[in-house]
Amino acid sequence: MAKKITLADIASILEKYDVVELEDVKIKGDVEIELGTSAGVAIPPSLIHALQSAIGVQELPEEAKRIGDLVESKFEVAKAEWIGQIEEVTIGATSADGGTRDKPVTIGGEKSLPFYNFDCQMPYPPVISVDCFDMPIPLAKAVRGYYADVMEDPGEWAKKNVREFGADMVTIHLISTDPTIKDTSAREAAKTVEEVLQAVKVPIVIGGSGNPDKDPAVLEAAAEVAEGERCLIASANLNMDYERIAKATMDHGHVILSWTQLDINAQKTLNRYLFKLGVPREDIVIDPTTAALGYGLDYAFTNIERMRIAALKGDADLAFPISCGITNAWGAREAWMKDSPIREDSDWGPSAYRGPLYEIVTGLTLGIAGGDMFMMMHPKAADAVKRVTQMLFGADVEGDKAKKVEMKDWVTWDVGGLTK
Amino acid sequence: MKLSSPMEIWEYLPGTNCEECGEKTCLAFASLLKERQKKLEECKPLFEPEYAEKSKKLAELLAPEVREVEIGVGARASKIGGEDIMYRHELTFFNRTALAYDVWDTMEEEELRERVRKITNWRKFYVGESLRLDAIAIRSVSGDAKAFAGCVKHVAEETDLPLVLCSFDAKVMEEGLNEVSDRNPLIYAADETNWKEILEIVTRYNVPVTLFSPDLDMLNSLASTFSSAGVEDIVLDPGTYPTGEGLADTFSRFVRLRRAGIVDENKSVAYPLMSVPMTAWMVHGDEDALDASYWETILATIGTVKYADMMILHSIEPHSLIPERTLIANIYTDPRRPVSVDPGLREVGTPTEQSPLFLTSNFALTYYTVESDLSSNKVDSYLVVVDTDGLGVEAAVAGGQLTAETIKDALESYEVENKVKHKTIVLPGLAARLSGETEDATGWNVLVGPRDSGRIPGWMDDNWPPKTVS
Repeated sequence: MAKKITLADIASILEKYDVVELEDVKIKGDVEIELGTSAGVAIPPSLIHALQSAIGVQELPEEAKRIGDLVESKFEVAKAEWIGQIEEVTIGATSADGGTRDKPVTIGGEKSLPFYNFDCQMPYPPVISVDCFDMPIPLAKAVRGYYADVMEDPGEWAKKNVREFGADMVTIHLISTDPTIKDTSAREAAKTVEEVLQAVKVPIVIGGSGNPDKDPAVLEAAAEVAEGERCLIASANLNMDYERIAKATMDHGHVILSWTQLDINAQKTLNRYLFKLGVPREDIVIDPTTAALGYGLDYAFTNIERMRIAALKGDADLAFPISCGITNAWGAREAWMKDSPIREDSDWGPSAYRGPLYEIVTGLTLGIAGGDMFMMMHPKAADAVKRVTQMLFGADVEGDKAKKVEMKDWVTWDVGGLTK
Repeated sequence: MKLSSPMEIWEYLPGTNCEECGEKTCLAFASLLKERQKKLEECKPLFEPEYAEKSKKLAELLAPEVREVEIGVGARASKIGGEDIMYRHELTFFNRTALAYDVWDTMEEEELRERVRKITNWRKFYVGESLRLDAIAIRSVSGDAKAFAGCVKHVAEETDLPLVLCSFDAKVMEEGLNEVSDRNPLIYAADETNWKEILEIVTRYNVPVTLFSPDLDMLNSLASTFSSAGVEDIVLDPGTYPTGEGLADTFSRFVRLRRAGIVDENKSVAYPLMSVPMTAWMVHGDEDALDASYWETILATIGTVKYADMMILHSIEPHSLIPERTLIANIYTDPRRPVSVDPGLREVGTPTEQSPLFLTSNFALTYYTVESDLSSNKVDSYLVVVDTDGLGVEAAVAGGQLTAETIKDALESYEVENKVKHKTIVLPGLAARLSGETEDATGWNVLVGPRDSGRIPGWMDDNWPPKTVS
């Protein structure tokens, strides 16, 4: 097996690696060389490899020579057994249930981690709610083009989300109600909600402006006009009058979104307050906060994963479907900025290609952590997240490529005419 | 790691509290070993002859559940595997997923070298560090051993990155390997059909090897076979199917393999895992390169989050590299790392008393972004870092951690007025609504800067020096 090698060969290898002197090298007989065994002597691994391959010191161990057949073995792995189950929550009500939605959406119900169908089949795939707003808003260039024609009309906007972008749900954000934006009245905002409910037949999410002083009144009025539709009311938060929102939700037959900021204990606290107020468990969805890829996604990921694991371990305070505001991904400068502000960076390429991927990667990552519902913005990103989560869920995906591939053929795959 | 408490580790240590490791007591050192924040080698006395047995035993007990495999040589060698946990909050993931991008042996030499240089030199700044790529995967497309060897040679001349040699043909593999046998390349791959020849080669050259099979019984057999032949630098590829039901099965294989290795302690599969997102190109590549690259990044996202220790990819377009590499930085960030930096007054470059004075939060992500935007654009300046409890600017303004009062306190306690003459402070655009109150509370001039610190250089052109200086 070993090649013949002379000391001159070794010398020339050593020279190539600029080694003028070797300490701790023993040469026994004509085959055995020991390199650097005492502490403090560092021999570059490259040199060791060069020497070893030159002299073929790696004699096959006895056992290897004998192996003529594969060692027989079966792969076995235990199933994960959890005691908890996530609450099943239905959003949207049909006429049979006092609403006017065509098809309600159900999320939650998991007894295992997301897509761990080998432990326990996930009961419902995640759903996508596409955002619309009650006034024109500044949007990244890559997104603006899709909505420019409907930004003045929330009803048309909602329609477009469903018809053209295949949204399972639509979120209407009543941001113009913020006193520092337009201070639109709660009554006006409620009209917008009615418009959207008439424009689309999918379940809807009603979002406030995020202003803690104004939101209770706005969401109360919205809940009232949407009576019986089982909308998701977004959202109750510890720093506002959540009691008023919880009450409006219960009085008018809706589901409440319980929102906290990257804090597992705050989420438990708020949920317990909601239980105390009498909100039924099947009417609660939680939003533990989404941070964008590169801008805190690690915190959001671990926060959601921890909540989901705690719930499966039996913590009933956290056993609720999780909603993620994936549109936050556009806050990452890489999603929209033309060039890198950092001179040392390699070229960033067109921002139009980067933006949707920031939304996709943020969404999919949080989906794997435990997200059941994604509020999204870019149609291509929404479509991609929907398709991949459907695949992982185990659904037959319409339009899924029928083309069969052999998994190892990428090695010889010919790039052919492609330039990228 | 087989030990569950610092006490158990402590029993193997000398117990002399000699402080040579930098810790006050052996128990303190033991708890850092448990958290993998210190290395055993830092306990010098343990390596005296009298502790030989204990040190050997302890090293075994402390070894990570998933074997650590090193690929390549030199400064850019890559360690993969070495993981101990299933979820990052349990401790932290250790060796981040290594990203290998492909080249192939039918490329024209110039095109080949250019692509290798791009992969080797790519960088993206992120939170105080420069993100880089990790390896080059060389594919034998021609099936010709000489062509492959030539390609390998050219790549090796052009880069110091670790190499992955990709062919199922043992003859082709050996020709290629011959060119770079001193570079510790990863062999891709041995499977059901070629394992004998590949086993012979990797044993002779002593290089790490990937074993491929989507059939996990077969993969387990291959791993047991190689291991019993004395090969331990093993990487397992359970196959990456790019779409549909096959993708769900792929997800399942990765999770179950890692669970078997860590939870069930099945040593025969406790090796680093390889995912190949570039299989997306075989489904989508004929039609639309942008679509294919998106699906490749989608597969890479799944791989990064669920247990791929190394990945082979094709698109080197910026829109692929930036999110792929950033996600790895996120998932592999130690969750124990503090969210905040120390508040205080920082100097960027060599500021004078006429230099601008910026203000930001002490959320680490924000601070590093602002600091690097200033320094990379050579904006000599002062930066007041306010204690916002580690919240970003927007959240701190909303939550009351960044107010006119906290800004006033910061200016006073860091004695900022001794540093600049102009008495003008630039607030972040996201804190614009504090400008009036801040002027009243501090008596300083307030300018509102851009919402993104990346735009400070352009903002400076129009706004600095300030037109009215009090």
